[in-house]
Amino acid sequence: MDEIQRRLLLEVADLHEVPEGAYNIRANSQSAGRRSTANIEITSKTEVSGLEIRIRPGTRNESVHIPVVMTESGLKEVVYNDFYVGEGADVVIVAGCGIDNCGNQDSQHDGIHRFFVGPGAKIRYVEKHYGSGDGKGKRILNPVTEVYMERNSTMEMEMVQIKGVDDTIRTTKAVLDAGAKLVVRERLMTHGVQQAVSTYNVELNGEGSSADVVSRSVARDQSFQKFDAKVIGRAPCSGHTECDSIIMDQGRILAVPGLEADHVDASLFHEAAIGKIAGEQLMKLMTLGLTEAEAEEQIINGFLR
Amino acid sequence: MLELRNVSFQVDEEGKEKEIVRDISLTVPERKLIVVTGPNGGGKSTLARLISGIEKPTGGRIFFGGEDITEKSVTERSRMGIAYAFQQPVRFKGIRVLDLVRIAAGKTVSVGEACEYLAAVGLCARDYVNREVNASLSGGELKRIEIATVLARHAKLSVFDEPEAGIDLWSFRNLIDVFRNMREAIADSSILVISHQERILNIADEIIVIRDGRVDRQGSREEIYPSLEADSAEPEACERLIQAMGEKEGDA
Ligand SMILES: Nc1ncnc2c1ncn2[C@@H]1O[C@H](COP(=O)(O)OP(=O)(O)OP(=O)(O)O)[C@@H](O)[C@H]1O
Ligand SMILES: [Mg+2]
Repeated sequence: MDEIQRRLLLEVADLHEVPEGAYNIRANSQSAGRRSTANIEITSKTEVSGLEIRIRPGTRNESVHIPVVMTESGLKEVVYNDFYVGEGADVVIVAGCGIDNCGNQDSQHDGIHRFFVGPGAKIRYVEKHYGSGDGKGKRILNPVTEVYMERNSTMEMEMVQIKGVDDTIRTTKAVLDAGAKLVVRERLMTHGVQQAVSTYNVELNGEGSSADVVSRSVARDQSFQKFDAKVIGRAPCSGHTECDSIIMDQGRILAVPGLEADHVDASLFHEAAIGKIAGEQLMKLMTLGLTEAEAEEQIINGFLR
Repeated sequence: MLELRNVSFQVDEEGKEKEIVRDISLTVPERKLIVVTGPNGGGKSTLARLISGIEKPTGGRIFFGGEDITEKSVTERSRMGIAYAFQQPVRFKGIRVLDLVRIAAGKTVSVGEACEYLAAVGLCARDYVNREVNASLSGGELKRIEIATVLARHAKLSVFDEPEAGIDLWSFRNLIDVFRNMREAIADSSILVISHQERILNIADEIIVIRDGRVDRQGSREEIYPSLEADSAEPEACERLIQAMGEKEGDA
């Protein structure tokens, strides 16, 4: 692995070197290292590009890292990763993709992740996207995440895309059985003429299931974002979606709330707030000695923390 | 230290000019604690915003340490040594109390040092340093954090806008100590406190009464304080109206 790849790895997975536990590092469409553990088995798919990750029932305090880095311009790939999480397992999964594109051709990674979460299992999923390089070629990421949650399972997803990705269409689908709980924290910042679309479709099918989807985003320059979150309640359940956004310069944001209650005891709730940084916030930090630009930076860093 | 010369501030309200501060001239001398008081809506906070540079006067000049700062930005004035604790502190999503104290101190302060500022305003620092300065803080907590950030600035001129507001009576006594200590340690600095509180008025070197955007009167505590009592005995316009109406009804 070269310097740039190492840097990307640090950005997307906080990895300085080979992680503990199970991992698979994919660099320019090749496997650059893999390890399975006694409880977590990683194998390659045969028909298509991608991995099968099987986590044994009851596995606890283990982690799986599956970062992807791309440094060759013009690379386009579609990768299918399936996670089978056994009953009662409690694990952390760190995915993420970093693209450095110095060339003139677009680089694109479309990762399709499917999670089959067994009864009572608990997952924390972290996914970071990052782009760098000053080539004309775009850096494109179109992740698809599908989550199938069995009874009383929990999934916490943290998805971050702060820098350097030109185009992204993010599609997240979740289907929840009784007592399952989904928590999503998405943080997104777009610059320049970047475009980001984030679509959620959450089906609360079982009694006592719940979903809490919160997106915090900042659109600067001429960038555009669309947040499209749909929650369907088919049982006594609770769903909450929130889009909390700051626009700057000529940035644009479109928030499309979608709530569908098909059961009288479904309780669904949506909030959206879009606006520029409050003048009083800037003023307060300026009275503490910051310039306007420094104040903006502090406010945005905090907001996206 | 600070001098306002014929400062006015007017705003455009539905096409009509509204004068909020009218030709105010005043001086905050070095090594003094000045308390500004007066009826609600009199223009006290506007005066503080003019001093900190958040609002620009529509007339007159402002001097600080002999220098004309009328055209200087909020940042410049802050760096020259003016600090301002807002009447209504601002909330920030994601910015922690520790971050705010650090920004205020303008240098990397240790968690321990940050805690001292919080302890000074009666906050158990350990519980607060890592809290976000967001909607989850109570009004009183937020107000104390606001005061702590101004303490951390060690400014030449510290302006506090109704620091007592929202702070419970028990803690208020400790807050008075904060000002008393500041007053004692006042080396080459000054303090301006906007307040209606007797205990704060009691530690003032000078009192300025602002009413209808003007300096109604000013002078030493001994001179002004007794006259404030007389003020409160005098019925306000609305009370007079209510009285008048009561008399009318009595007639009928
Ligand atoms: N930007 C503005 N536009 C219009 N009116 C304003 C503006 N700023 C202040 N005012 C008005 O000016 C008057 C003075 O306000 P200010 O906040 O300075 O009063 P104050 O003396 O601090 O009152 P309080 O004791 O209630 O805090 C009020 O009537 C207020 O409504
Ligand atoms: Mg006021």
